Amino acid sequence: MKRHLISAADLTRDDAVLILDTAEEMARVADRPIKKLPTLRGLTVVNLFFEDSTRTRISFEAAAKRLSADVINFSAKGSSVSKGESLKDTALTLEAMGADAVVIRHHASGAPYRLATSGWIDSAVVNAGDGTHEHPTQALLDAFTMRRRLVGRDAGLGKDLGGRRITIVGDVLHSRVARSNVQLLHTLGAEVTVVAPPTLVPIGVESWPCEVSYNLDEVLPKSDAVMMLRVQRERMNAAFFPTEREYSRRYGLDGDRMAKMPEHAIVMHPGPMNRGMEITAEVADSDRCTAVEQVANGVSTRMAVLYLLLGGSEPAVTTTPAAARTEESK
Amino acid sequence: MSKILIRGAKVLGGEAQDVLIDGETIAAVGTGLDAEGATVIEAAGQTLLPGLVDLHTHLREPGREDSETVLTGTRAAASGGYTAVFAMANTFPVADTAGVVEQVWRLGKESGYCDVQPIGAVTVGLEGKQLSELGAMHESAARVTVFSDDGKCVDDAVIMRRALEYVKAFGGVVAQHAQEPRLTEGAQMNEGIVSAELGLGGWPAVAEESIIARDVLLAEHVGSRVHICHLSTAGSVEIVRWAKSRGIDVTAEVTPHHLLLTDELVRSYNAVYKVNPPLRTERDVTALREALADGTIDIVATDHAPHPHEDKDCEWAAAAMGMVGLETALSVVQQTMVETGLLDWAGVAERMSFAPARIGGLDNHGRPVSVGEPANLTLVDTSYRGVVDPAQFASRSRNTPYEGRELPGRVTHTFLRGRATVVDGTLA
Repeated sequence: MKRHLISAADLTRDDAVLILDTAEEMARVADRPIKKLPTLRGLTVVNLFFEDSTRTRISFEAAAKRLSADVINFSAKGSSVSKGESLKDTALTLEAMGADAVVIRHHASGAPYRLATSGWIDSAVVNAGDGTHEHPTQALLDAFTMRRRLVGRDAGLGKDLGGRRITIVGDVLHSRVARSNVQLLHTLGAEVTVVAPPTLVPIGVESWPCEVSYNLDEVLPKSDAVMMLRVQRERMNAAFFPTEREYSRRYGLDGDRMAKMPEHAIVMHPGPMNRGMEITAEVADSDRCTAVEQVANGVSTRMAVLYLLLGGSEPAVTTTPAAARTEESK
Repeated sequence: MSKILIRGAKVLGGEAQDVLIDGETIAAVGTGLDAEGATVIEAAGQTLLPGLVDLHTHLREPGREDSETVLTGTRAAASGGYTAVFAMANTFPVADTAGVVEQVWRLGKESGYCDVQPIGAVTVGLEGKQLSELGAMHESAARVTVFSDDGKCVDDAVIMRRALEYVKAFGGVVAQHAQEPRLTEGAQMNEGIVSAELGLGGWPAVAEESIIARDVLLAEHVGSRVHICHLSTAGSVEIVRWAKSRGIDVTAEVTPHHLLLTDELVRSYNAVYKVNPPLRTERDVTALREALADGTIDIVATDHAPHPHEDKDCEWAAAAMGMVGLETALSVVQQTMVETGLLDWAGVAERMSFAPARIGGLDNHGRPVSVGEPANLTLVDTSYRGVVDPAQFASRSRNTPYEGRELPGRVTHTFLRGRATVVDGTLA
């Protein structure tokens, strides 16, 4: 693995499978009476959030704490950043405080890349979502969820998503989740189709390793997983689609549409959901929808990422439980 | 003023000749000229060009003296072989009155490194709503003939039409920054394969092309001439080519960076590559080079746009748009046009000196290297190869996209009306 996790495209197939396998190991820890591992004790993880995202922040926070890291939450709101401090000066400040890893969420595409490559800091950088660019840990937790559901929790270990057909539906143009998922799922051998109104598909999509469709109904019967993206209602004002209702009719997932999916197929959503917009309550609350599971899997996956970035390159899967036992016996 | 003999330089890249400067003018051109009483510059192997003229420079003064001043900008210009630059109007305050253009003109006179010809804003405050007092700027000491809202597009078709018509009364020309504003809201880079991957807001080629198409048709309708700033796409080339074939009085410029660099560089998210119009694709670069070679594009203009370090040392979206260019322009043109066989040095002289002076209405620049002409000259060592080091720049700003890149050619001497502003590659 590289020193940073900026883009899903940075990961090879073996890197990605290692993260997913490590995440399974981390998930097992969550089933134990003592959920904490001593692995990152003494290390400091900074959650640097320039954009509000309570969900992602607490997921990373929980992940770091379960690995015994010290966690500092640095929110741009109410800090010097809101008074005009630059990304560079913020980075230098964190470096001076001895951050070992910086988890960054930023409204500007590329900000994590700049943080990692500008020589401002030495710590590992994890992209927790940058503008409309990427959100690689979301893609990893999504892949983790798919592998569990479609391949199996134990049967999936060491495996990728070869041959699975994944459909991503919604505002692909503005979605960092879509960009990371298309990259990662392709790396893991899946066949990806993105579905959206043409206004919400980026110019230049032809270079992406996926198919593009404007017709959801045609794609649903051939999908093993359908990922519904959040569509912001404000997009309507920029004429990306005529009305909320029309969007919902053409690209929303309701019970009738869900019935067209193969029986084993799952419905995914990165959250937060716009019920009634891209997904109906009926679908959101059904057994086939993995939205809540994805949240739980997010913690395990982020534990795996932090562990592998900070804990060295040796396989965590076998050494982690041993390390845990040693620690518990003290 | 004493005599200077430039000995054995290839004039416009042709035969080696001696050129004798006496005072402010060229006194003799020939072989074996008498060096009696003259300072001799041995220039065998070097190429002598007319002093370069830049129709598109941002000198930033008044208002952003932290980026550049008229003095530092003209020093950069002289270093790059320029003897005249046109100063864009988007200063603070905007150069939309006789008072501001006269201030810039006066600062240029005081600098002494190259002539500064102010450009006046087309509309008050560059806001695109009300025409500036174009006539007053023309009649001022600055004698403004080029008008531009550069940085912003004159997007209102009626305002553009009126401006094109109005400046005919005194032989003026409107230089359009072609950018349809609605199509470029939130635009951060060229819209295409790279923007799709990077998740940066797209600046589509059509936003430039649609304005150029409209403006050449407006120019035809009202019988005016129009100049297109920093043309950047293959489609724009086709439109200008069509307009010229139709007899429309249009001229166009291309920047050095659009002749060399592409949007692939944006993958680094390094804001030094952020510029407006944005870096385009390889296909566009090829079309621009061909258009400059065949005359569809008339001139190279730098769009020298200095910015302080902090405005580039940040995340992409927060960074300012623009690159410095005066000190590297000739080298980039040598690499992209001369060494590729697309242009000879006479062609470079046409596109970087004669034509820009003609378009901008400068009488004493862009003149042939012949007896009686003003001694505005640039001597270039074209065999030189060097790595660009921004620390060596005379410009106050360092936002060059060429740092660490090897470029050919070096200006060894620049003469402004017979006075050396650059000697042996160093500012005099």
